[in-house]
Amino acid sequence: MRPIFVNIGERTNVTGSAKFRKLVAAGDYPAALSVARQQVEAGAQIIDVNMDEGLLDSKAAMVTFLNLIAAEPDIARVPVMIDSSKWEVIEAGLKCVQGKAIVNSISMKAGEAEFIAQATLCLRYGAAVVVMAFDEDGQADTAARKIAICERAYRILVDQVGFPPEDIIFDPNIFAVATGIEEHDNYAVDFIEATKVIKQSLPYARVSGGVSNVSFSFRGNEPVRRAIHSVFLYHAINAGMDMGIVNAGDLPVYDDIPAELREAVEDVILNRRPKAGGSQTERLVDLAPKYKGDGSKVQVADQAWRALPVAERLAHALVNGITEFIEADTEEARLTVERPLHVIEGPLMDGMNIVGDLFGAGKMFLPQVVKSARVMKQAVAWLMPFMEAEKEGKPRQHAGRILMATVKGDVHDIGKNIVGVVLQCNNYEVIDLGVMVPADRILDEAKAHDVDIIGLSGLITPSLDEMAFVAGEMERRGFDIPLLIGGATTSKTHTAVKIAPAYRAASTTYVLDASRAVGVVSQLLSKEERPKFEAATREDYVRVREQFARGQEQKTRTPIARARANRFAIDWAAAPPVKPSFLGTRTFDAYDLKDIAKYIDWTPFFSSWELVGRYPAILEDDVVGEAARDLWKDAQAMLTKILDERWFKASGVVGFWPAQSDGDDIVIYADESRTGERARLHSLRQQMAKSGDKANLALADFIAPVGGPADWIGGFAVTAGHGELEIAARFRAAGDDYSAILATALADRLAEAFAEALHHRVRTELWGYAPDEAFDIDALIGEKYRGIRPAPGYPAQPDHTEKATLFNLLNAEAETGMQLTESFAMSPPASVSGLYFSAPEAHYFGVGRIGADQVADYAARKGWDLVMAERWLAPILSYDPGAETP
Amino acid sequence: MTRQDRIAALKQAAKERILVLDGAWGVMIQRRGVTEEDFRGARFADHSLPLRGNNDVLCLTRPDIIAELHDAYFAAGADISESNTFSATTIAQRDYGLESAAYDINLEGAKLARAAADRWTAKTPDKPRWAAGSMGPLNVMLSMSSDVNDPGARLVTFDQVYEAYREQVRGLYDGGVDLFLIETITDTLNCKAALKAILDLQDEGHEPLPIWISGTITDRSGRTLSGQTVEGFWNSVRHAKPFAIGLNCALGADLMRPHIAELSRIADTLIAAYPNAGLPNAMGQYDEEPDQTGAGLREWAQSGIVNIVGGCCGTTPDHIAQVAKSVAGLPPRAVPERPTAMRLSGLEAFELA
Repeated sequence: MRPIFVNIGERTNVTGSAKFRKLVAAGDYPAALSVARQQVEAGAQIIDVNMDEGLLDSKAAMVTFLNLIAAEPDIARVPVMIDSSKWEVIEAGLKCVQGKAIVNSISMKAGEAEFIAQATLCLRYGAAVVVMAFDEDGQADTAARKIAICERAYRILVDQVGFPPEDIIFDPNIFAVATGIEEHDNYAVDFIEATKVIKQSLPYARVSGGVSNVSFSFRGNEPVRRAIHSVFLYHAINAGMDMGIVNAGDLPVYDDIPAELREAVEDVILNRRPKAGGSQTERLVDLAPKYKGDGSKVQVADQAWRALPVAERLAHALVNGITEFIEADTEEARLTVERPLHVIEGPLMDGMNIVGDLFGAGKMFLPQVVKSARVMKQAVAWLMPFMEAEKEGKPRQHAGRILMATVKGDVHDIGKNIVGVVLQCNNYEVIDLGVMVPADRILDEAKAHDVDIIGLSGLITPSLDEMAFVAGEMERRGFDIPLLIGGATTSKTHTAVKIAPAYRAASTTYVLDASRAVGVVSQLLSKEERPKFEAATREDYVRVREQFARGQEQKTRTPIARARANRFAIDWAAAPPVKPSFLGTRTFDAYDLKDIAKYIDWTPFFSSWELVGRYPAILEDDVVGEAARDLWKDAQAMLTKILDERWFKASGVVGFWPAQSDGDDIVIYADESRTGERARLHSLRQQMAKSGDKANLALADFIAPVGGPADWIGGFAVTAGHGELEIAARFRAAGDDYSAILATALADRLAEAFAEALHHRVRTELWGYAPDEAFDIDALIGEKYRGIRPAPGYPAQPDHTEKATLFNLLNAEAETGMQLTESFAMSPPASVSGLYFSAPEAHYFGVGRIGADQVADYAARKGWDLVMAERWLAPILSYDPGAETP
Repeated sequence: MTRQDRIAALKQAAKERILVLDGAWGVMIQRRGVTEEDFRGARFADHSLPLRGNNDVLCLTRPDIIAELHDAYFAAGADISESNTFSATTIAQRDYGLESAAYDINLEGAKLARAAADRWTAKTPDKPRWAAGSMGPLNVMLSMSSDVNDPGARLVTFDQVYEAYREQVRGLYDGGVDLFLIETITDTLNCKAALKAILDLQDEGHEPLPIWISGTITDRSGRTLSGQTVEGFWNSVRHAKPFAIGLNCALGADLMRPHIAELSRIADTLIAAYPNAGLPNAMGQYDEEPDQTGAGLREWAQSGIVNIVGGCCGTTPDHIAQVAKSVAGLPPRAVPERPTAMRLSGLEAFELA
């Protein structure tokens, strides 16, 4: 296996990047942050932060930058390397990172005592450490000295300090070669040799280095420098170098370097005399101008979104928290609308609504939402002068003044801040009292500022009581302005039942999320709208209270007895069931993935990436075609590897058993005598009202009843997921989430394809009721064949627990290595199981919502109590089980 | 018994069975109907700010209530009870103007827990009891901005947080706790400051006490409030060689389970979990019944993913009694060995195997 190499981003290092140094010196931290973001996007798995520059306050710059990074989840997701030659800067940095960082570096330069003290502190702050090959006599240059110093440092760290050896990284010093000084010619070889010995003799220790030093003498010729880095790394990595500070995404592939240049560089790195004679340095110096080029770099970050229409760019910037282009985009949007306010009310609010939805759906988490709010703020700041100008010198008129506070005892204010930002964006003046604000202060400030509305926020549950208390205080002190309630644990029910009744002098309104805030506030502050809105809210809350008091009424369902009478009737005598070619189970271990792959249905693959459309038409789609083609190309490349290198193992088991239906159950017999019951499958029956001759279906209807002709049922459990988690983990460890997701999505597709492939064999061969069916992938995808394979947990049988019976019958855990979790999910994730029904009339359907009568009946059949049944069937209940006892 | 004897007994007991922690305190104190006068007591009768809601100060002003609650939980079958010192740091007490009382609250809180544990150990010598020093989160965070317009803004420094926890650790230690429980961690950097305070004081002469670290996954995103994944969080605190790592609060047992299962897989130390009694209903109350909590935790025990269980918000002595009954006789999780590797973290985990 090729050794794994960890890229450490070097662009946030003031000693390595002039651009970054200028940005930091100018205090332009937003731009400095985008440098960090680009590095992570380009594949840096760790970012090196170095602020060692004579004119900078290095300690302050380190603290500022690390605190800023903490607010950027797409940067902060990777560990930080805190890089400084000054210990006080390193320690200040260690006080700013919640993750486990790497300290770069400490050494025995000033003797053992200081080395031990600093190493102990690194351990105490919870950091790994880079140790420079440096001692009291200076920096090690020869391989022998590098090795000797590293061995000494290792023994001190491991034996005296108790430092975990796996957290030690040695930097055996990369020095410049091809300087024209002969003593320097062997420096790269010394590093490579030392690396080899360190890796062999010091268990678990790692080797790193600052790669750009090696090419220092070719400053100004970036293409040649990159070639030198690439060749150096090729050899150093093979010797065991684990990580390096390099510009990720910027290096040419070793094999892609022109042969002439590569050979000249290789001679320099490996200290060889050129075949053509002369010195290797002179040879490379002669060759270098030819490869100079313009030194321009490839833009590696994905900037495709820059091509979108401006409204979508604004949304993208908001969702991703990118401030880099926000002013230009806001300006562009402003020029397309009549009034600057329209930009806020239109595209910016649309973008914030997306953020709100993503946050509500758990797809974004708090720091990201904070970032989005900041982007919004910058856009509004850009528009502000135009809005002022529009008013032609008149003092700025606010639409209203709103006081906001997170109530006493609660420290959560992100949601409140978002609402505040959104309201300000809509020309309301917001007075924000912050968090943990006692009722007295809220009301005093409200009086002092003569506000129009008070908004209370809270996230933890005790805040609910505090809000009711504030409402009571408003009543007592004679307030008559509207009160708004918001925050994660608040609800319309609680507001209506507990808060509104405490404050009768004016209205109390629950605000679901930030996107609703503007609508509510504007209606409450409009003379015409307010009475209507308040009356509507009041009526609504009366209803909510009544509902709360009596619980929800039950929805009408067809009684189960009547639904059963309207079962789906099959004329069994007309076409008696076919007997399978064998009874019992048959296992398929290590099924050939190449056979499976041709059964893949690609349409769901694209929808798993939220690209909607049918394959193959989706590849030519106007909107998503390009994204789909890129994805398709990557998927095909990976699929080839999956098949060739056998990343996944496919295992499955199929079984057939004698069976008859008994009411809504399916009895499975031990043998063809059909006397001993081996197991019992349960099915659920539709209870929605049916018109005409439409039946109330249950899966049991597709099996001949007890007393009818002999029938059989089949079952299967297949997985293509053995190896899936490991592969995905490996990609993620390498910082490649995209490939990790791609591999998982392909494993899912292969599992489905495996189920499809086996079902085809079941129909034509294993059960054999359709021996003449041809292979036609479109017909398969369209399910144009006889028989079905419904899965427990899906619409035709929504009860996941039936999988346990199926797995027992199949002995699936032992036969395939698949497992069921406590909630009956299958593991590995890329797994499919289900039942086989052979009747030509069998078809897929959804059970829909069911009534309390069927739930009680089902519970009795399953041997459950009612609570258990209601828990497992919760998603399909037509009534609220908790509502019966208010 | 010396403190080291008790710690040895704790470690031995953890090998033999699943240990049980106590349940919620806030709700039990509320049920007592304590008044502003109770909170103030004689000592703070003339204090300038209202003290209602400052549950920790009751260690000084109504020690009888606190002692009774320890007894109630020990009577319910808890092996470990926490000192009533969740917010007893100089920083958290600032809201009540009681910074100067922080050390005393910890000292007296620890003594109350110590005395209760000793009473019960004497009563049931075959089931010794332990006192854990509760160290809650602060209302200020080191990794999250305090100002939406300035993402770099922080209301406190690492050194201030460190000093606040250091004071708390001294009080708890002097009052005689058997272990430290850093709990409801919303920001890992705050936790790291607390860990440094404990370890530094060890260097300065404290005898080493076991450390139990308990994070909080705030919602379905599966992250801490400061954005870390469970594995990222574990990598951030493993250097303290904790006696136990786990999760508490915010979620009920069902939503917490996948994260505990994940920790159980990756952490080479004891796993502790004390979920809420489900999620709060629209009224902000927890209505999960004791047998539901017990059944949930019993399943975890049967699955072999926990060593210590207990309850957080909404749980009562009835819940803990049910929990103790549910896990009795079930074997504790075996601590796994993990292959040696460099494991770092940002918000997410990084592993170089």
